[in-house]
Amino acid sequence: MITAEISEKTIHRFSLKKALRESPVAQGLFLMGPTNTYLIIFMVIPLILVTALSFLSRGTYGEVVYKFSIENYVRLFDPLYAKILGYSLLVGLLTTVFSLVIGYPMAYYIARAPARQRSLLLFLILLPFWTNFIIRIYAWIMILRSSGFLNSFLQWIGIIHEPLNILYTPTAVLIGMVYEFLPFMVLPLYTSLEKIENAQLEAAADLGAPPWKAFLRVTLPLSVPGMIAGTILVFIPAMGMFVVPDLMGGAKTILIGNVIRNQFLTARDWPFGAAASMLLMVLTMVFTLYYTRKAGFGEELLI
Amino acid sequence: MSDFAVELRDIVKVFPTPEGGQVNAVDHVTIQIKHGEFFSLLGPSGCGKTTSLRLMAGFEWPTSGEVYIDGKLMEHTPPYLRPVNTVFQSYALFQHMTVSQNVAFGLEMEKVQKAEIARRVNEALEMVKLGGMGRRKPKQLSGGQQQRVALARALVKRPKVLLLDEPLGALDLKLRKEMQLELKALQNKVGITFIYVTHDQEEALTMSDRIAVMSKGKALHIGLPVEIYERPNCRFVADFIGETNFLTGMVKKVSKKAVTVFLPILSTEINGIGHGEFSVGQNVAVSIRPEKIRLADDDGKPVNDLKGTENLLHGKVIATAYIGSDTRVDLSLGNDIRMRAWEQNDISTLDPEAYYADGDAVRIYIPVENTLVLPEDVS
Repeated sequence: MITAEISEKTIHRFSLKKALRESPVAQGLFLMGPTNTYLIIFMVIPLILVTALSFLSRGTYGEVVYKFSIENYVRLFDPLYAKILGYSLLVGLLTTVFSLVIGYPMAYYIARAPARQRSLLLFLILLPFWTNFIIRIYAWIMILRSSGFLNSFLQWIGIIHEPLNILYTPTAVLIGMVYEFLPFMVLPLYTSLEKIENAQLEAAADLGAPPWKAFLRVTLPLSVPGMIAGTILVFIPAMGMFVVPDLMGGAKTILIGNVIRNQFLTARDWPFGAAASMLLMVLTMVFTLYYTRKAGFGEELLI
Repeated sequence: MSDFAVELRDIVKVFPTPEGGQVNAVDHVTIQIKHGEFFSLLGPSGCGKTTSLRLMAGFEWPTSGEVYIDGKLMEHTPPYLRPVNTVFQSYALFQHMTVSQNVAFGLEMEKVQKAEIARRVNEALEMVKLGGMGRRKPKQLSGGQQQRVALARALVKRPKVLLLDEPLGALDLKLRKEMQLELKALQNKVGITFIYVTHDQEEALTMSDRIAVMSKGKALHIGLPVEIYERPNCRFVADFIGETNFLTGMVKKVSKKAVTVFLPILSTEINGIGHGEFSVGQNVAVSIRPEKIRLADDDGKPVNDLKGTENLLHGKVIATAYIGSDTRVDLSLGNDIRMRAWEQNDISTLDPEAYYADGDAVRIYIPVENTLVLPEDVS
């Protein structure tokens, strides 16, 4: 009798139902299961493959040779690539800055608009996503090219006499990039600005702050979380962008994204492309981490 | 110095309604608030009390009428140039600043010197008993502490007038009572005019020097707490402040001392004192506070010793509730007319016979001076 009792206690039969009911860890694993599975298959494994690939080398016919080498990374320090990387960084930064400068007043206006107009305005922000990105870029090409809408219009009203040469210049790339990434800046900014209670601004006015001072001392600091989120959402994809420079920058503007794409698709040098990808990723991560630390990620975001 | 700290002259504020109509949130309100006064705007939600306060602060502009602060017309003066400060219902503390930075904000806007700011911020925090909390963020404080920060932030500016918009609304009852007394003590100490918005009549009666009772955008009765309770000028005010019994009737006779009202449903007359002018035949409401009623056993014999100073009605006890300090007696006067009387428990007996039992016939004595004849329609 005694042995029977003990064995019943010690035999621990696993029951999924019971675990889900009682253990927060099991609940967490269960809920995160689909996400984790997806991430492991489509992110973690490819990332490991790319990391491994970047330490291999290219064979004569573009095949991958399974021999350890750091040659790819050494090649990246070639002044040519350093220049492209620096240039990409600059374009990424400029895209972010212009998105912020153009997006902030926009987000501010939407956040302050009456509730009914707000949803319409947000809808308009998202409307471009309904069309294919490439098609929208071609629309920009139509606008910017020498005989395009912009030049025709400016000539018609008599501001210029010769068509401006915008398309296939860095300016065109910047225009395209800012256009593409603007919604990613406006939406988090809007979320931040919309959360600021009107009473906060009234309190500032009540304490003697004229509107511009209330903006600097209250609205601006309280929208910092939105600025951080928007900056990250714009800067990271901007660093890796290759479609816009390809289509709007002509051959003159090559960003690190184009280099990587070319290594994989044209030059068939996968290991070098992988190394360049790793470098871009590490750089972006370092930059983002540094930025968020500086800008006070963490406690400030929890407002 | 002008006679009044704040004066509203015939203010109207019209808001559009969601249905496309218009509503007079404030409807021809004239209020004069003296220097150093603790003045309350009291009324149910939607009565226009908060809008009135916001008009004083400058967050709203009157549709017509004028706002004067310290004798100066505030026609085009934005909030940041008005010598008033506000304690908001939601406190509206700046979440991204520490307690000290919150309190210092107003002084920085005045360009006060740094050392002076530090001194006054400390002083203000000491005053609201938050010394040593200066480095915390508002989120790290309890509701009561946040409330004190809001108070310090407004008072540190030494405004002519402090506007308080239901500042204790978010606090629990016990803390609320404590803060009421503290606020009143603080006001005595700093000597600033306090204008206090509340829907809590007890709070208004406890703290105020004078009260304006508001309803539907109108200031119905402006007076001392005792006046508003004992001599309300209309049915709404009598009903809103404290508990009362209403009987409806028609004016039968108006004399110097009393107004005689015929109560058709009880087929009897009652004498009371009237507020304002009455004409014979006018419909009126008679308000009788439950604690002013005296009950006596009814032996069925006629009463001869009734002096001219009391009214007598007859009724039956339908329920009693013993609540310690007094016994609340529900009475039926016949024809579905109910009344409530609060009899103070001044006898210390546990004998249930000493109290009224259900079904007892009673005489209901009501002093004439506590029988208030009020116009039926709010004017």
